[in-house]
Amino acid sequence: MLQANNVSVSFGGVHAVQDLSFQVDEGEIFSIMGPNGAGKTTVFNVISRFYDVDAGQIVFEDEDITKDAPHVIARKGIARTFQNVELFDHETVLQNLLIAQHTRRKTMLLSEVFFLPKVRKQELDFRRKAEDIIDLLHLQNYRDKTVDSLPFGMRKIVEVGRALCLDPKLLLLDEPSSGLNPEESEDLSFWIDDINEDLGVTIMMVEHDMNLIGQVSNRVLVMADGRHVVTGTPAEVQSHPDVIDAYLGT
Amino acid sequence: MRFVLKTNYGRDIDIFKHRAHASWYLVLIVALVLAPLVLDVFYEKQLTELFIWAIAGAGLMLLVGYSGLVSLGHVAFMALGAYIHAILYSRGWPLFLSIPTSALITGGIGVLIGVASLRMTGIYLAIATLAFAMIVEKVIAHWPALTGGHSGFRVDDPEVFGYSLDSSTAYYYTCLTALVLVFFGVINLLRSPTGRSFIAVRDSEISAQAMGVNLLQTKTLAFALSAGLTGLAGALYAHRIGFLFPDAFTIMTSIMLLMLVVVGGLGSLHGVIFGAFFITIVPQIIAIARDWLPVGIAQSGGLEPLVFGGVLIFFLMFEPLGMYGRWVKIRLFFSQFPLYRKKTFLRQKSYLKTERVH
Repeated sequence: MLQANNVSVSFGGVHAVQDLSFQVDEGEIFSIMGPNGAGKTTVFNVISRFYDVDAGQIVFEDEDITKDAPHVIARKGIARTFQNVELFDHETVLQNLLIAQHTRRKTMLLSEVFFLPKVRKQELDFRRKAEDIIDLLHLQNYRDKTVDSLPFGMRKIVEVGRALCLDPKLLLLDEPSSGLNPEESEDLSFWIDDINEDLGVTIMMVEHDMNLIGQVSNRVLVMADGRHVVTGTPAEVQSHPDVIDAYLGT
Repeated sequence: MRFVLKTNYGRDIDIFKHRAHASWYLVLIVALVLAPLVLDVFYEKQLTELFIWAIAGAGLMLLVGYSGLVSLGHVAFMALGAYIHAILYSRGWPLFLSIPTSALITGGIGVLIGVASLRMTGIYLAIATLAFAMIVEKVIAHWPALTGGHSGFRVDDPEVFGYSLDSSTAYYYTCLTALVLVFFGVINLLRSPTGRSFIAVRDSEISAQAMGVNLLQTKTLAFALSAGLTGLAGALYAHRIGFLFPDAFTIMTSIMLLMLVVVGGLGSLHGVIFGAFFITIVPQIIAIARDWLPVGIAQSGGLEPLVFGGVLIFFLMFEPLGMYGRWVKIRLFFSQFPLYRKKTFLRQKSYLKTERVH
């Protein structure tokens, strides 16, 4: 479904990602782990097209997306969350979920100025979708709260919900469990499973929490210093000598 | 307290949240329609001016309050709207064609600034728009063949199908109609995807893009709409003052407009009305106060800017949400009396934002 072929990214003299290749298959949960500064988030930013690659290409559903504009990526069916939460802070949770349906917008400016019946119909469609997500993630109590009044853990969940509103084929989760307490983390692992199985969304996530990775991932890619170390099942990876090397040093 | 029973999602989309809500606005409209019957000409003209400011304010609010882009050059759009309309009108265009045309052309010029705004934010954009305003002012002053230059440009009396709108009452209704139409359009826009894309760009450009919002398109559209509405206000203003000259459109007007949106309350359309009310009434209060002040102070030309500046600083320090924010608090105080909690509006400190790319 998603392929990275020999991707390299550097900032000045820093080689954030070097010659990285991997493949994510449809329907799987694919995790990326590695020590700080390994280039995990850079990989996500390359896929979302916030960063340009220096070499190599990213292929999504047999289409080269290496040169697309960032907003086109969402339209192709790739949604993401951010490590430190990038919600629309001054708006309510509901508004956040509605904004995320921008890619499905069919009305033009002029019909919106007069709020023609088709605009209203579209708004109702958007609302129904948002309510589905609210039900899925149990956000009912927070629907009309502004995001900046929510605790951090809740914001992370809202951000997952917002990404789901895009109806993505591929969902990128950047450290979904950071800042969550163990209980919230536990809920999250169930939701990730649900999203993957019930909604049929392929998931790629960057994560540090080995527990969460072990519970949900099909395969894990370990990176260190921008390079590929090993790819395999969570159990294989955990005991791999190169991985232990990468984390503990030699 | 009122609890509204919502039985379908449409209720959340409607402009009016419940019957009483709608009836208050109906009362307001009826009062405004009947006002000319009881008010004398002076107040009628002041209200007309308020309507014009509110239209321009709605334009700037879309930009500053909803899209998060700053402009110190909105006076230029107002001047362009006024001059383009006055010139077209003097060449025999009918009023109802030349006003929209001037708004459209001004909006088109806004597109150019919008494209530039993609690469500039904050203070840089403010300076760029300020420079744009200066350029427009100079062009108007130094193109006498078209604009009359410093000797000014007489605006013909407004007339539609031979029916004169020149009386202050007729013009009052013209501006009121324009204001209601503008607000209807802007409210609709804000509750549909376009408005939400503006808000997305304001709150987080990076995640707006991740949601599929095209930054260039959105920012350009915000500037175009904002410029167009301000141009429309300019065209209406042309008839209000009857005589155009470059000094009628100085940087001071831009600052007044910016004050309108900040003092009124950023990010709310009520704020536009409050702000417009504020900037029409304050000069009157100052004029009255002059009679009571010592001659030395009363005669100094700096009194007005001083008061405006002072009020702006006061609002930024004590009520960043403006008059509308204060109104919301007062309303809540009474609706929850005696259970109002002072900390209701206190927000949690924001967390670290994701490392900004670009």
